[in-house]
Amino acid sequence: MIQVFAFYLFAVLMIAAGALTIFARNPVHSVLWLIVAFFNAAGLMVLVGAEFIAMLLVIVYVGAVAVLFLFVVMMLNIDFAELRAGFVSYLPFGVLIALGLLAEILLGLGVWKAGPLQLAQRAAPTPADVPNIKAIGQVLYTDYIFLFEAAGIILLVAMIGAIVLTHRARTGVKAQNIDKQNRRRPQDAVVNVNQPVGQGVEL
Amino acid sequence: MIGLSHYLVVSAILFVMGVLGIFINRKNIIIILMAIELILLSVNLNLVAFSAYLGDLVGQIFSMFVLTVAAGEAAIGLAILVIYFRSRGTIAVDDANRMKG
Repeated sequence: MIQVFAFYLFAVLMIAAGALTIFARNPVHSVLWLIVAFFNAAGLMVLVGAEFIAMLLVIVYVGAVAVLFLFVVMMLNIDFAELRAGFVSYLPFGVLIALGLLAEILLGLGVWKAGPLQLAQRAAPTPADVPNIKAIGQVLYTDYIFLFEAAGIILLVAMIGAIVLTHRARTGVKAQNIDKQNRRRPQDAVVNVNQPVGQGVEL
Repeated sequence: MIGLSHYLVVSAILFVMGVLGIFINRKNIIIILMAIELILLSVNLNLVAFSAYLGDLVGQIFSMFVLTVAAGEAAIGLAILVIYFRSRGTIAVDDANRMKG
């Protein structure tokens, strides 16, 4: 009973937060509603026993992605009222597309039958009496180790890409250039002159 | 009792919400990126629900990879957004035709 109640609570809150994410006037509010949606999705995942993915969702999405969004929204000086123009004129078409899509998906769900499930042919059956995180680790680090490392490479490429895209070498800034300092040699900087008496120095 | 179809319906609604967000916030690319995150979240929910109800862990493994790609996509997308804003002074993307593609 409590499970049913929790499911409907999380589901309704998640969908409401998703709607407010896309309808909010202020993008900062959008990000905050997005965080609410992520928390409720994590709750839904805990309900079916996928605790590891739920916690990962909270850490990765709420802790990293949403904060990244918040940084970008708050640091760019954007006129959001101007971006809002045309919102009402796009709304009927958008709602039409969305309702059509929802009808298609629900129709598909309605006629979908799993058929005879070949439960013996599951790739990685959930082991009984093993915690979720341990079971995932036992599968992820054995059968899927190469995919796991490929995921790491994707994250590395994304990190380097983001740095390369946004980095700019600022000119006109008086900053210490240690590399340049270390490369400077005395013969470049000092000139020995055999200076005759009574004549000016020629520099 | 809560069955698989409950989860599928909830995630279908969230997916449609994300698509609707892309359509109605056509100018504001920040909200578009957030709508994409919503779509990926609904896909994750689907994967986890199937994984739980079939008793097969691979769905949760795959959900982790979707999470990875979503994080990378958000980082790259926001980086592109920042340099776009730097060069144009706005993030209205409905008339972004700089490359004349």
